[in-house]
Amino acid sequence: MTTATFSYATIAPALPEIVLLALASLLLVADLYLRGDERRATYRLTQAALAVAAAVTFMQMGGPSTVTLHGMYVSDLLGQVLKIATLLTVMATLGMSRTYLRLRGLLTGEFLALALFGTLGMMVMISAHHFLTLYLGLELMALSQYAMVALERDSGRATEAAMKYFVLGALASGLLLYGLSMIYGATGSLELTRVAFALEHGEAHGFLGVFGLVFVVAGIAFKLGAAPFHMWIPDVYQGAATPTTLYIGAAPKLAALGFILRLLANGLQGMTSDWQQMLVVLAVASLLVGNIIAIAQANLKRMLAYSTISHMGFLALGIIAGDDLGYGAALFYAIAYALMTLGSFGMILLLSRAGFEAENIDDFRGLNQRSKWYAFMMLIVMFSLAGIPPTVGFFAKLAVLQAVLDAGYTWLVVLAVLLSVVGAFYYLRIVRLMYMEAPAGEITIDTQPGPRWILSAAGVATLALGILPAPLMNLCARAIAASM
Amino acid sequence: MLQGHVLSLTIWVPIAFGIAVLAIGNDRAPAPARWTALAGSILGFLVCLPLWAGFQPTADMQFTELAPWIARFNVSYHLGVDGISMPLILLNSLMTLLVVIAHWEVVTEKVGQYLAAFLIMSGLINGTFAALDAILFYVFFEAMLIPMFLIIGVWGGPNRVYAAVKFFLYTLLGSLLMLAAFIYLFYQTNGSWEILDFHKVPLGLTAQVLIFLAMFMSFAVKVPMWPVHTWLPDAHVEAPTGGSVILAAITLKIGGYGFLRFNLPIAPDASHVLAGFMITLSLVAIVYIGLVALVQADMKKLIAYSSIAHMGFVTLGFFIFTSDGMLGGIVQMISHGFVSAALFLCVGVLYDRIHSRQIADYGGVANTMPVFAAFFVLFAMANSGLPGTSGFIGEFLVILGTMKVSFWYTFLAATTLITGAAYTLWMVKRVVYGEVAGPKIAALKDVGARELTFLAILAVAVLALGIDPKPLADVANPTIQQLLQHVEQKKTD
Repeated sequence: MTTATFSYATIAPALPEIVLLALASLLLVADLYLRGDERRATYRLTQAALAVAAAVTFMQMGGPSTVTLHGMYVSDLLGQVLKIATLLTVMATLGMSRTYLRLRGLLTGEFLALALFGTLGMMVMISAHHFLTLYLGLELMALSQYAMVALERDSGRATEAAMKYFVLGALASGLLLYGLSMIYGATGSLELTRVAFALEHGEAHGFLGVFGLVFVVAGIAFKLGAAPFHMWIPDVYQGAATPTTLYIGAAPKLAALGFILRLLANGLQGMTSDWQQMLVVLAVASLLVGNIIAIAQANLKRMLAYSTISHMGFLALGIIAGDDLGYGAALFYAIAYALMTLGSFGMILLLSRAGFEAENIDDFRGLNQRSKWYAFMMLIVMFSLAGIPPTVGFFAKLAVLQAVLDAGYTWLVVLAVLLSVVGAFYYLRIVRLMYMEAPAGEITIDTQPGPRWILSAAGVATLALGILPAPLMNLCARAIAASM
Repeated sequence: MLQGHVLSLTIWVPIAFGIAVLAIGNDRAPAPARWTALAGSILGFLVCLPLWAGFQPTADMQFTELAPWIARFNVSYHLGVDGISMPLILLNSLMTLLVVIAHWEVVTEKVGQYLAAFLIMSGLINGTFAALDAILFYVFFEAMLIPMFLIIGVWGGPNRVYAAVKFFLYTLLGSLLMLAAFIYLFYQTNGSWEILDFHKVPLGLTAQVLIFLAMFMSFAVKVPMWPVHTWLPDAHVEAPTGGSVILAAITLKIGGYGFLRFNLPIAPDASHVLAGFMITLSLVAIVYIGLVALVQADMKKLIAYSSIAHMGFVTLGFFIFTSDGMLGGIVQMISHGFVSAALFLCVGVLYDRIHSRQIADYGGVANTMPVFAAFFVLFAMANSGLPGTSGFIGEFLVILGTMKVSFWYTFLAATTLITGAAYTLWMVKRVVYGEVAGPKIAALKDVGARELTFLAILAVAVLALGIDPKPLADVANPTIQQLLQHVEQKKTD
């Protein structure tokens, strides 16, 4: 191994992560000395840290792709797009959750610091160019999330969810690590480029590689929440405090996509036909399980959990296509999905108040009579999740279906289309309750301007990107082209 | 500056007014929303008039507009109309105006949202008829579902929620399959979403049949053809009057339009192969659904079933591949737009007074509402195909066209002249004539100026089209001839 000199140029590409780490550490220390009302500063510092990291990432855009730190880390347009999306999503998540957390005494330094470290983990995952970096990022994210779920100590449901999440998550990490070690054995390297090289040039042990791949894909499927590794999703989504659910549900999907693209599309490109077959099974199972079981749910968080599973199936479809078109579609899908998740869980947060969780589907009954605007926002988000134009969800689905058809999987397209109709049924139920029923109980809407504005922005963006999707689509395509 | 953008105006003027109405809508003071909506619908109709005035009698796409929309996927904002779509845009804009007039004293709940839904839908429907890019078409086609879903579900009758969900899911299933067909065609044309390119691309027979069936699912649900018609009676009965008018007069036509714009030209060989199938379904609709209409006790349900039977004539006309048949189908679409809208509005007039749609609750209405009765009888006559009304022209042309193909088809189709007259006139007899059925009927007030306005506009339209269909025929004929030529050419390699 060459001994590179340790200079600014080597670490400069990792500046966003470094900045975020420094600020998160600062926040940990500062929080110790803040009392009572001053705690507000902690929240502001958190948002500032995320904003600074996003700004630094933004300034890196347009630069050339660089692999640095002995091939451990890559900085490219794909990474930058995903990181900015992740950081903005986390900012919006925390912004929407502020009132909810404050009312429940959860707006503490611990929660915010964990959120920042989790975000750092996501960024590392996105920029990893090495099996170990990938794994470290993943674990940093996952451990922060386990702790965030468990942070609501008084809630039995949250504790149970944290336990399930941790045990199953640890198992998945084990699987992933085992699989990676097998691939290391087969190819002789942990660095993505060299793994890819070994696979391309037939220098790898084929059987051992595929053996490892099975475990890797299983581990990924667990983290993504694709069936049949989805068991934890409904329980964790329902059990965790809604801000935590939103945190887990939105940004990590972007990181997971980055992880998959780096690992499968970059590193294990030579085994495309092998992982394609595995992903087909996962995608079909996810679409079936997610769409069909969601119908029976009365709890909105649980319903959205199953909806997540089906959406992850769709995301996997994009990756199955196995070409730039498909990856670009998957990237667009992931960003659109994060936006829609902000909208849907954001509504739950907005309607919740002290001592009341608006998490049952019936709590949305008659929302249109209480507030036309927020009912309309929720309507847009629900139709977007169902994939009805003119919303971003439609173009996300269209791009994926197009790529899948191009790759020759006509039957998958037909199946996905048919299950979308099933999916439309339960999103429609929310719209139906909001518009066609009388309110059952009192409906209150968070009076703070912050959450209101962020939610409205998410709703409007869902519609606006459905009418003018071209800029974001082009950006996604460019990011993929620059990185594959 | 706006001269090159007539079609854009027909789409975006109603939508912009719809958004404005939504913004100023106030449940306690609905007047501003009402007047804004009226202004929007009048303006929306006026901007359509240049289409009629400036239309050249050729088969080319006219008033075209082309701008890139999603360059990466080659999706463009491409609009244009020919002799088939232009009259439908006019019809739609006129109907929207009538719906706005008709709602005035009747809808009192969430007025702003109600009117906004209709205006936005009007723009989306115009977009559906004008789109020349498949994705643009699809976006308009699907987006239309959202306001219609809300109209049925929010302002409808007792069973409205069931009807709205049924309507939505039926239509969604069909349209998603059509989307899959579009994506397939996109690759066959080497990356074009242009509908006119879809027309030209050679396709094998199997592919054509599959594409035909996928699109058939979408448009047959909209028309609706037997046996996928079951959403329509539910949706019609539960929808508010305005919803029924737009459903019957316009959205059903989108199904017919879809067959002409997509199924026939994209899959001409499959159309010939499956013509027997289509004709059979059409005849079942005409004969069987006509009999079903005969036994309805609910006026709206009766008109709904009558709509299905009349639309059977439209599809029959299209799939016998004669110019008479096709022209008849198109005239029938426009005529049915006027007549069914008029009948639903008539039922609405009665319903607003008595709050019942049951035929049994009425009788002798002519004694207390003579002016209304005159209109009702006129529209009923048009519905049963009386010469001199628009209903006659369409049915007659289709029967004429069918005669060139087969005697037995003609025989079955012609039974409608009996059943159609039977169910319509029997309903009119029971509702309008006879003894005054009770104190409620005796206390009825005749139609006011507002109701007179929309009934008179429709009466004029029905008679004008019935007496002189030539202007419409002149507009549609070049397109029909070109379409028939196209359908006769083999597309398989």
